[in-house]
Amino acid sequence: MSNVIVVLVDGVAYGMLLFLFAVGLSVTLGLMRFINLAHGAFAMGGAYLAVVLVNDGGLPFLLALPLVFMATGAAGALLERGVIRHLYDRGALQQVLFSIGLAFALSATATIAFGPQQQGVQIPSWLMGRHCVFGVQISGYRVFLVAAGAATAAALAYLFDYTLFGARIRAAVDNRVAAEGIGIKVDRLFVTTFAIGSALAGLGGALSIEMLGLDPTFAFKYLTMLLMIVAIGGAGSTEGLLMAALFLGVVDALFKYFLPEAGSFVIFGVLVAVLVVRPHGLRGRTA
Amino acid sequence: MTPALSTQGISVHFGAFRAVDNVNLNVRPGARHALIGPNGAGKTALVHALTGSLSPTAGTIQVFGEEVSSRAEKDRVRRGLARTFQINQLFRGLSVLDNVVLAIMERDRKTAAFWRSVANDKRAHEAAREHLAFVNLTQHADREVRHLPYGSQRLLEIAIALATRPRILVLDEPAAGVPSGESHAIFERIHALPQDLTLLFIEHDMGLVFRFSDRISVLVAGQILIEGAPSEISSDERVKEIYLGRRAGHAA
Amino acid sequence: MTGASAAARSRLFGGRVGIEGATLVLFAGAIASYFLFPNHLALLTQFLVLMMFALSYDLLQGHGGIVSLGHAAFFGLGAYAAAILARTGYNDPLLGLAFAAVLSAVVALVLTPIIVRGNDFTRLLVTLGVASLVYEAANRMRGLTGGADGLPDFEIAPVLGLYKFDFEGRIAFIYAFMVFAMVYVFLWRVVTSPFGLALRGIRENTRRMPAIGSPVRRHLAVAYTLSGGIAGMAGAVLAQTSRFASLDMLGFERSAEIMMVATLGGSGHMAGVSFAALAFGWLKDVLSTASPKYWQLGLGIVLMLSVFVARGGIGGLLDHLRFRRSA
Repeated sequence: MSNVIVVLVDGVAYGMLLFLFAVGLSVTLGLMRFINLAHGAFAMGGAYLAVVLVNDGGLPFLLALPLVFMATGAAGALLERGVIRHLYDRGALQQVLFSIGLAFALSATATIAFGPQQQGVQIPSWLMGRHCVFGVQISGYRVFLVAAGAATAAALAYLFDYTLFGARIRAAVDNRVAAEGIGIKVDRLFVTTFAIGSALAGLGGALSIEMLGLDPTFAFKYLTMLLMIVAIGGAGSTEGLLMAALFLGVVDALFKYFLPEAGSFVIFGVLVAVLVVRPHGLRGRTA
Repeated sequence: MTPALSTQGISVHFGAFRAVDNVNLNVRPGARHALIGPNGAGKTALVHALTGSLSPTAGTIQVFGEEVSSRAEKDRVRRGLARTFQINQLFRGLSVLDNVVLAIMERDRKTAAFWRSVANDKRAHEAAREHLAFVNLTQHADREVRHLPYGSQRLLEIAIALATRPRILVLDEPAAGVPSGESHAIFERIHALPQDLTLLFIEHDMGLVFRFSDRISVLVAGQILIEGAPSEISSDERVKEIYLGRRAGHAA
Repeated sequence: MTGASAAARSRLFGGRVGIEGATLVLFAGAIASYFLFPNHLALLTQFLVLMMFALSYDLLQGHGGIVSLGHAAFFGLGAYAAAILARTGYNDPLLGLAFAAVLSAVVALVLTPIIVRGNDFTRLLVTLGVASLVYEAANRMRGLTGGADGLPDFEIAPVLGLYKFDFEGRIAFIYAFMVFAMVYVFLWRVVTSPFGLALRGIRENTRRMPAIGSPVRRHLAVAYTLSGGIAGMAGAVLAQTSRFASLDMLGFERSAEIMMVATLGGSGHMAGVSFAALAFGWLKDVLSTASPKYWQLGLGIVLMLSVFVARGGIGGLLDHLRFRRSA
C-alpha cells in the first residue's frame, strides 16, 4: 500500500516537472499561437547554462535558477525581435520548419560545446535528502519541484487570467489591428510574452536535469510529450496544463511501477487517445 | 406549388445572441427573391444555415419539398442548392478555368478518379468555358485567380456556383466591395440567368434590389419583419422607418 | 495540349516544356549515374529511395496542403514489413514490396479519421504523436523488430527469380530505379487527374470545397492512403537493398527532413522535390561522414534560412529558368 503512495507521490512530482517544462510552450503556443518546436532546445540551453553556472562557476543551484530564467528570457526576447516576429503570419508549416531548424542548430551547438555525454548538476545536499512525511519517504527535491510548480502555476494563472496584461495579449492575438487601434502596444506585448515563454523554458530545463538528465538529445527527446501535454491541457490555459501534466505524471509513474516493459508506449498511447477523443484539449477551448 | 426552398422555424443562436430567430421562408421556383435588412440582421447566418455550413439551433429546411436539414453541405449542393460567398472563396492558386473545371468535376462525381487525366476531359473544359463566357471571363481563363481584378473575381464566384448546376442559387452580396458602376454589370449577369433557376440574393443597394427582385423578405434582428412584392415593401411604413429611411442616402 | 488550365499547370508542373525538361534531366541523370559512378551504387540507391519518400509526402503537403510531422512512420513500417517478411522466408522482393505497400496503405487508411480533421496545428500534433507511438511500439517489440539493434541478416531472393542482388549493388540500383520510375509515373497520373485537381482545391480553399459538393474527407483519406502506401514502398526498397531495417527509419528526424525536402523542392512540384531530395541526400552524405555535429548545425541553419528565401523552392527556380529561356 505504502508503495503505491510512494509511486503516486513520484507521479505528482514528475507531473509538476512536466508542467514546469511545458508551461513556457503553453505561453508561446497557446497565447501567441506560435508553433515553437525549439522549446525543448530552449530548455536544453537553460539546463546547460545551469550546469555551467553551478559546476564551473560555483554558484549555488538555487541562485543559478533565477539567472537562468533571466538569461533565457533575454535570449528569447532578442530572438523574437530579430526573427520570430516575422513568422507570426507565415502559417504553421513555416513556423515548424524554422523552429525545427533552430532546435537542430542549438542541439548541434551543444554537442560541439559540451560533447555528447550526460551532464549532471550539483543540488544542495539539504534538497537531496529523503524526508519521512506521514510514514512515506519523499526526496526533498520532489517536494521542491511540487512547490516550485505550484508557485509558478499560481503566478501565471494570476498574470494571464486576472491582469490587464493577459487580456491584452489575448486581444492582440485575436485581432492585431483592432488591438493596436485601441492603443495596445502589440510589438512590446509580444516580445514580453515570448521572453516569458523562453524564460520558463530555461527554468524548466534547469529543474529537469536532476530527474531527466541532460545531453544534446534533450532538445527533441521530450518535445512530443510536451506538445501533447500542451494540446491536451488546452493551449494557453494554466489550470488545464497543470491538470494534464499531473494526470500524465501519475499515469506514467503507475505504469512504470506496475508494467515497466510498456515504457513510454503507454504515455504516448494515452496522449494520442485523448487528442483523438478531445481534439481541442480537456478544457475544450478551440486552438 | 411546392416551394423551391422553404424553412420552418430556423434559428441560429450563439449563446444568448439570436443571430437568426424562428425564420419561416418560402422561395417559389423561378423567383428572384431578395433578402434585405440592416447590417447584423442575420442575413449571412441564415444563408450559412440554409446551405449547411452552419448547423441551425432549431428548425427544418426543404429543397423542392425534400427534407435536407440533416444533410451535409456537400449533399445539399448535390440536391441543387448552391451558393456564392460574400467574401471571395476562390481557389486562388489555380487558373480561372480550373476553378470552374473543378466544380464541374465534383458535380459529375469524377474526382474520385486518380487514374484519368483532367486535360483529356474535353466535355468538362467546354462546359467550363461556357460558364466563363457567360460571366465574360473567357479572356482570363488561363490566368491564376490571385492575379485577377477584384470585380472579375466576384464574377468567378458566380461561375463556380453555376458550375455545380444548381436549381437554387443563393447569392450572398454578389457585388460586395465592387464600385457601384461595376455592380450593375454583375447584376446584369445575374438577371440573364435562366428563368427556371431560383435565386435568393442578399443585397444592400436598394436600387438594385427593386430593379432585379420580384419578391423581398426583410430581416431585422434575426426575424422576418415583412415579406412581399417590391411594391408592398417600398410602401411599408415600418420598412421605410427602420431600413429604407436610414439607408436612403446610400441607395442613391 | 488542349490549352486547358495552362496557367495552373505552368505553376504546378513547370509547364509542359519545363517539366518534361526537368523530368528528362532527372531520369537521364539517374540512368547516367549508374554508368558514371559504379562505385557509389549503394548511395545512389539511397537517393532513389529518398526521392520516392519525398514524392509520397509531397502528395500530401504539396498537393493537398496537409502537413504531417510523422510521415516516417509509414516509411519505417514498410521497411520493417519487408524485412520481417523476408526473415520468415517469403523473401521475394516484389512480394515484400507489395506487402509493405498494402500494409502501410491500410495503416494510413485506418489513421485517416483522426488525421484529416482539425487544423494544421492539431494535425501536426496528432501525426507527431502517432509516429512517436509507432516508434515506441517498434522499440518495445524486440522479438519482432530487434529493438534498438535493428533487423540485420536477411536474404532477398533474386528479382523476378532471375536477377540476384550482387555485392556491387547493380541489381539493387536497377530494382530501386524501376520502382522509382513506377512511383513517379503513378504520382504524375495522380496529380494530373481529377482527383489531383480536387486535392489542390483542398489546398487552395478547404472551405469552398463542400460548397461545390466535394467529399473533402474522402479525398483526404484517399490521398493519405496513397501517400502512406508509397512511403511504405520506399521504406521496403531501402530495407531490401540494404538488408537492414532499424528504428531511425521511423524517427522524428526523418519526418522532419522529408518535410523540409518537400518544402525546399517547391511544394507540389514533382521534379523540384526530386532534385531537392537528391541535393539533400548528397549533402547529408558528404557532410555527415565528415562531421555529424556540423552536419546537424548546417541542416538547422539551412532550415531556418529556407523559411525566408525562395518561396517557390527548387521547383520555382526550374520554372524561372524555363520562362527565361522561352522569353
